[in-house]
Amino acid sequence: MASTLIANARLAIVLAVLAAQYPGASQAQAGDDAGRRLYASCAGCHGTEGKTAPGSSLPPLAGQSRDALVASMKAFQDGSRPSTIMQQLAKGYSSDQIDLIAGYLAQLKN
Amino acid sequence: MKRRQFIQALGMGAMLGTVASRASGASQARPRVVVVGAGYGGATAARYLSLWSAGRIDITLVEPNPAFISCPLSNLVLGGSRRLEDLTISYDGLASRSGITMVRELATGIEPDKRTVMLGNGKTLRYDRLILSPGVDFLYDRLPGMRQPGARERILHAWKAGEQTVALRRQLEAMDDGQDFLISIPQAPYRCPPGPYERACQVAHYFKQAKPKSRVILLDGNEDVVSKGALFKKVWAERYPGIVDYRPSFNTVDVDAKSLTVVSELGEEVSGAVINLLPPQAAGSIAAGAGLANANRRWCEVDFLSFESTQASHIHVLGDAIQVAPLMPKSAHMANQHAKVCAAAIIELLADRPPPAHPLLTNTCYSFVSDQDVIHVASVHSYDAQKKTLIAVPGSGGLSAAPNALEGRYAMDWARNIWADTLL
Repeated sequence: MASTLIANARLAIVLAVLAAQYPGASQAQAGDDAGRRLYASCAGCHGTEGKTAPGSSLPPLAGQSRDALVASMKAFQDGSRPSTIMQQLAKGYSSDQIDLIAGYLAQLKN
Repeated sequence: MKRRQFIQALGMGAMLGTVASRASGASQARPRVVVVGAGYGGATAARYLSLWSAGRIDITLVEPNPAFISCPLSNLVLGGSRRLEDLTISYDGLASRSGITMVRELATGIEPDKRTVMLGNGKTLRYDRLILSPGVDFLYDRLPGMRQPGARERILHAWKAGEQTVALRRQLEAMDDGQDFLISIPQAPYRCPPGPYERACQVAHYFKQAKPKSRVILLDGNEDVVSKGALFKKVWAERYPGIVDYRPSFNTVDVDAKSLTVVSELGEEVSGAVINLLPPQAAGSIAAGAGLANANRRWCEVDFLSFESTQASHIHVLGDAIQVAPLMPKSAHMANQHAKVCAAAIIELLADRPPPAHPLLTNTCYSFVSDQDVIHVASVHSYDAQKKTLIAVPGSGGLSAAPNALEGRYAMDWARNIWADTLL
């Protein structure tokens, strides 16, 4: 009985974790989903879910701090951080969109 | 059994029962999405449907080719700095993703009323949502000479990376020094606006080393260079003087494969040792055949919130086959972006919710003007709910100041990351 209980408990935990990953379910997740979708517009160059492919020279964005990411995008927007393409792309995102993307990337593990 | 244990067991059992029945119910009624075409659009759509639904969607990806070959970077094969193998990626990674089944067949037709797709092997696939990412077809019927026997073997497009890319490189290698190479460019819109001009740079780069007396003659159906014009013209003048000969407003209407002559609408004739003919293009035939090409009978109009066809419900169209909004190029990067907007929308639509209201797409396009140096064009496009279209965000986007090697490195980063994002 005890071993069955433990097995059941393990299974319940696994299923609970899976259920938590079930996307689009709660209000709390709406912001995360919006950030995740917005970041997908960056993934062509910066990698799926903020993780770069092997051999890429770009720094991975997943797990960087929210403040640092927002500061980088603002610096690209106002030109204080020199760049080739990022200042042109950064100007296409609103402050709210940048916050959502930064919040999404900051909670990812690198 | 103690009372507490009994209650725990009961509670656990009840909870397990609930979750298990929901899980098995979900697996029995998993929604089915069929994706036709595993290029930049279709492969990304399958990948992101899998990623964002955590495998809750049954995704069938239909693609006849055994491996993915990237059109971006394929001009470097003509220039000699890359091999086709460098641009070829297995579909195994994508096929192993949760919920994805790959079917190596050609999709031959669609029955929208029955929500089925017919395959070359005679089987049919049922769908709840269908995604078509069929790329472009070539309108050879507009060029009578291309109907002559052997014409299509002698005059290549190399506008779908693969055998033709390698064959065109061989034709270039077989040329004598002093002979001319012609590129005929169709009127826009066509796949990859800067591609023909990048190709001119790559061939000129090769000629400069191997055949310095040979010329690249660009016969452009457009009045001016369609993309990155000032940058390309500066490169031709400064790096390839006497090699690249640019001739605007040359609208090719016929070609003679025997004498290797291209004929314009005005009757001008230009001959060369090798002709690279980029034919006029339209949405891939599976989309056109299903009546989805409702813009000038060439391109498929879509709702930009979901990329669902405006012609047929439950069918979404991605990539080069769509009627684009202003300033949206037909590019690989854009196809990858279409796919993500579409995947997000389909996940909501399958749950009877409206698609996300504020899609945002970027375009990033790098062109190699030598084996190292690159120029870019970039743009950001957001949805305008009143106009119901995507607009380029004012003040965003732009071009490189000049060709540079740093962006050559970024271009390779782009390739590695977008290939992984699309296929792995």
